[in-house]
Amino acid sequence: MSTLTGTPAPAAAPAPDRTALRHRLAERGVDRTLLLLLPGLVAVIALFLYPFIYGLGLSFQPQGANAGHGVFASYRAFFSDRFARGSIGTTFDLALPAALLNVGFAVPISYRMRAQFRGKRLLLTILVVPITLGTVLTAEGILEYFGPVGWFNSTLEWLHLTDGPVTLVDNYWGVLLSLIISGFPFAFLLTHSYLSGIHPSLEKAAATLGAGWWQRFRHVTFPLLLPGLLTTFCLTFVLAFTVFPSAMMVGDPDGRTHVISIEAYEQALQKFNYSQGCAIAMVMTALMFAVIGVAMALRSRLYTGSTGGKG
Amino acid sequence: MSTMTDTIETPQPSGGTRAEARDRAGHFSELRLNGISRAHGAHVALHPLELTITGGEFIALLGPSGCGKTTALSCIAGLLPLTAGSIELDGRRIDTLPPEKRGFGMVFQNYALFPHLTVRANVAFGLKMRKRPKSEIKARVEEVLRLVRLTGHAHKHPGQLSGGQQQRVAIARAIVLEPPLVLMDEPLSNLDAALRLDMRAEIRRIHQEFGLTTLYVTHDQEEALSLADRLVVLDSGHVAQIGTPAELYESPASAYVAAFMGYRNILSLEVESADAEAVTAAGRGLRLPGRVSAGARLKPGDRVQVAIRPEDVRVAAEDTGGTGGSGGSGGSGGSGGSGASGEPGLFDAVAEVVEYHGRGFHIDALTPAGDRIHLRTDRRVAPGDPLRLTAPAQRVLVFPGAAPPAGAAVSRSGAAA
Repeated sequence: MSTLTGTPAPAAAPAPDRTALRHRLAERGVDRTLLLLLPGLVAVIALFLYPFIYGLGLSFQPQGANAGHGVFASYRAFFSDRFARGSIGTTFDLALPAALLNVGFAVPISYRMRAQFRGKRLLLTILVVPITLGTVLTAEGILEYFGPVGWFNSTLEWLHLTDGPVTLVDNYWGVLLSLIISGFPFAFLLTHSYLSGIHPSLEKAAATLGAGWWQRFRHVTFPLLLPGLLTTFCLTFVLAFTVFPSAMMVGDPDGRTHVISIEAYEQALQKFNYSQGCAIAMVMTALMFAVIGVAMALRSRLYTGSTGGKG
Repeated sequence: MSTMTDTIETPQPSGGTRAEARDRAGHFSELRLNGISRAHGAHVALHPLELTITGGEFIALLGPSGCGKTTALSCIAGLLPLTAGSIELDGRRIDTLPPEKRGFGMVFQNYALFPHLTVRANVAFGLKMRKRPKSEIKARVEEVLRLVRLTGHAHKHPGQLSGGQQQRVAIARAIVLEPPLVLMDEPLSNLDAALRLDMRAEIRRIHQEFGLTTLYVTHDQEEALSLADRLVVLDSGHVAQIGTPAELYESPASAYVAAFMGYRNILSLEVESADAEAVTAAGRGLRLPGRVSAGARLKPGDRVQVAIRPEDVRVAAEDTGGTGGSGGSGGSGGSGGSGASGEPGLFDAVAEVVEYHGRGFHIDALTPAGDRIHLRTDRRVAPGDPLRLTAPAQRVLVFPGAAPPAGAAVSRSGAAA
């Protein structure tokens, strides 16, 4: 009996096994649609992961004056130079206020933009257009408009509001302004979409329960929006942290807007110390991760589930 | 207000608390809607609505989707501004107040629970907004959660609750403020059939126990009939009829209301002969004696709509004609036509769809002229069977007027089904 049943079994076995394997893989999400990931994955590896790891390696191979002082010499050189080290503070001084202001402006504007009103499309377009301009064009515009003989100062002078021209270019304010102009559309678009994800019936319910507009915002809309605001903050922060063109163009030539990306650029492409340039880039990455980490840690403590009204 | 906290903090037997709950609830003697209306541009969503609601009443606004019932509710809640008219609560005009100042409780169709707050915090929300003392909030929330049987779920978030539980949280949140009026916008439409029946009873229980005044919006006639003291049937922004469930069920004012009250067979015919009460309507191969709807004057030749409930259509006798086949049904159709004009109240039809419903069959039959007749019977019928049908004259209602446009008919039959 055992031989009889034994013989057909191996012949029959492969077919169910094959289907079973495919089903088991499908259970774990492994099927042919995974191939769709391939182009993206290749791009990420070739354009981001490989350069990143290459740069990381390079940062541990000091060059020039730093050579022969251990693998961390490039980092040590950066942190021991006060001017270079100071670029971290300078960058934070610009990026944090820019990100906070962008998010701060985006909330009331997108709150108002939820309602239907005449000219909404036009206003949306005006708010979002700076995305298409690019940082260089924005910086050029700021130089022209806010410069000592630009329209802004001419108008102030014409209205007799100031004695001399207000200096808004070639200093901190110029860079901050350009960061707000280029970062706000992103902050606004994200906030707008997060806000429209909150079901309007929630605010109506709060109203019938006796909440005035501020209470409705404070207790219903804002808590539901906060996780989205933190994400928005991270994005605009990263955009602002890597500020380069505007810091070069409308920044302070004396070095008071000497941000970290400029420091990295100068090391790598003006002093040809690639190793230290990479080291600075790595420091930048670590700092951004730290800020994003803090924001995401905060976010994880909040309610982040559905805001569709049905709970 | 101080007596309110006192009564809660001292534990009382349940009978006592109920009576107090009833006393406590912000009572009023009448809420008057003086021709409230609402228009979005050229589109009038709600035509002037006159209604006086007495304290303690349960009123249902009934109508198909798009008939203006949710608009009416939103206007009363203050979520939509009125285009015209006014709302008076015991002589005090309230339609100029924003929703947060009106103090009406509202239960939304999608519940609109705050997803980031626990059940307890959801229910406490209104009290917190009114800055009640903490101890009072705690006591009242506990009491209401007990009333809606959710004490064990107080710490959960809405997302962790079932549909029925969410629904009860929504009700608890609205009634914890003891509002003079609770507005409910199709609160059961997102629940499955069995739960809907349970929650219906629950809503009626809470209404009685708390001594609430409730305005309930629904498209479901069964819900409206079983819950409400009075019904308001709306037809594309107009009031079609106001009355008690019995009044509406027994003598609907129009074919439109009749369609809502379970008269699924509405036929467009012509008056053959009529006096003050009895009428015979004919046309389309049918000849039906019926009852003139209240207040209508009919004369021969008038176009009328004849309404019959499916349960009032009887199978008179089995046709002896040919079994099946198009030739057979054509033959029976011919003989049916002559039979109908000969004997009033009797007509022929061919069973088309037969549904088994345990206690009997629901049948869709087609008359030779192509009119669809819904009926119920205990008799075993197969699709294609010829049937001889009849309906008692006092159960056949005849309304003056031509048929409504096709769109309205579709939504009506959908709501009645």
